[in-house]
Amino acid sequence: MNVPTDLKYTKNHEWVRAEGGIATIGITDHAQSELGDIVFIELPEVGDEFEKDTAIGTIEAVKTVADMNTPVSGEIIEVNGALEDSSELMNKDPYSDGWIAKLRMSDESELDELLSAEEYKELIG
Amino acid sequence: MADPKKTTLYETHTKLNAKMVPFAGYYMPIQYSGIVEEHLKVRESVGIFDVSHMGEFRVRGADAEKFLNNLTVNDVSQLVPGKAHYSMMLYPEGGIVDDLIIYKFADDDFMMVVNAANLEKDFNWAEDHLPEGVDLTNQSDDIGLLAVQGPNSVTTLQKLTGVNLGAMSMFTFVEDELAGRKMIISATGYTGERGFELYLKAEDAPFVWDAVMKSGEEFGILPIGLGARDTLRMEKKMALYGNDIDQDTNPLEAGLGWVVKLDKENFIGKEALVRINEAGLKRRHIAFKMLDKGIPRHYYKILSEEGKEIGIVTSGTHSPSLGQGIGLGYVDFAFRKPGTKILIENRNKNLLAQIVKPPLV
Repeated sequence: MNVPTDLKYTKNHEWVRAEGGIATIGITDHAQSELGDIVFIELPEVGDEFEKDTAIGTIEAVKTVADMNTPVSGEIIEVNGALEDSSELMNKDPYSDGWIAKLRMSDESELDELLSAEEYKELIG
Repeated sequence: MADPKKTTLYETHTKLNAKMVPFAGYYMPIQYSGIVEEHLKVRESVGIFDVSHMGEFRVRGADAEKFLNNLTVNDVSQLVPGKAHYSMMLYPEGGIVDDLIIYKFADDDFMMVVNAANLEKDFNWAEDHLPEGVDLTNQSDDIGLLAVQGPNSVTTLQKLTGVNLGAMSMFTFVEDELAGRKMIISATGYTGERGFELYLKAEDAPFVWDAVMKSGEEFGILPIGLGARDTLRMEKKMALYGNDIDQDTNPLEAGLGWVVKLDKENFIGKEALVRINEAGLKRRHIAFKMLDKGIPRHYYKILSEEGKEIGIVTSGTHSPSLGQGIGLGYVDFAFRKPGTKILIENRNKNLLAQIVKPPLV
């Protein structure tokens, strides 16, 4: 499984890339593999505010449905509109073209509670 | 529960990087390359499935036909050697024990093919009704089962056998050789496509699998997991026991009345069905397509357009062929007609859908 070292992770198989107070979030390679073919995602609206570990949207795969949680608190400033028509990007390229949303973080110290790539790798075995 | 068993193809599946899951007492491949790709391959070309987990019972004896005609709803006396049919076993109250296929080899020799998840229950049920002089044997552990399905299934398999496969009509079968191995070649399947099911010695399954994969190479044959098997059958509104039918549903409301021969001699559940038929059905199993974006799932509620609860989803998925959500479910009888708009309660909101005449694809 691909686990880039420059990202932070959660136990729920989400990743965060934090730069200058902005967090880009998505699901991990392991998560997309477990879900199988993703066919639809319900995205949040720009301007919506969320607490960390709450659902910002829903990911529908052929066989199952899963909540997309945000690993950090903040306001949505951008969503990946390409996923509306090409949800398979989350399967093909979960860390780059398959990103889900960008948030303006309200509490950057939350990043310290997240897992490192090393810790996440251990978690998924 | 005991540890799941492995079919003789377990190593083959793991080499193909299949995602293996415990299912009905076996480790089975749920997917290989991905459900959507596998599904479309079967619709457009050809795919091969390991369904060795299915249960096979052999029924022999002078009264075998009489026994089966009492135990099942279809008319076994209409079968001739080399012919099979779809049927069901019912409880006396009309609920469904299981759906199955019955094969006739000779007047005193039949085979029942049952769902893996119901194998033990079915065997006990059949045994409880077994008369003197009829022999019932569970051969499930000795028999492997491969399904080869899709428009190119005939050409793929024809290279491996002298049997004229193109001439075989649906629900016929022969005992002959394919890839040099003795087996039952049956023109049946669970995909709605032209296809075959190969009942063979469990130990022959890996060899025959490899031969079929090689023969189908020119058509881009793929191994197909249980995930795509489910989406394929759903598009054709084929019932799945445990989802669409069970002990609390009867064949008439399930839309399987065509299988039930109420005019034949007595069978278990007949009186109940006659009573249910006379009283009129309360609900009906229907197929629907999503009009809003979203995917229905088992147990989601079905509402009328006005928001009144009228039923429940029994199977749902994203249809790889249509690129939209589809489902099967029960609705109150008044709402059963194709064209009727319904709402699917999808977690936090209601999504618009429409009842359609099956099949969906």
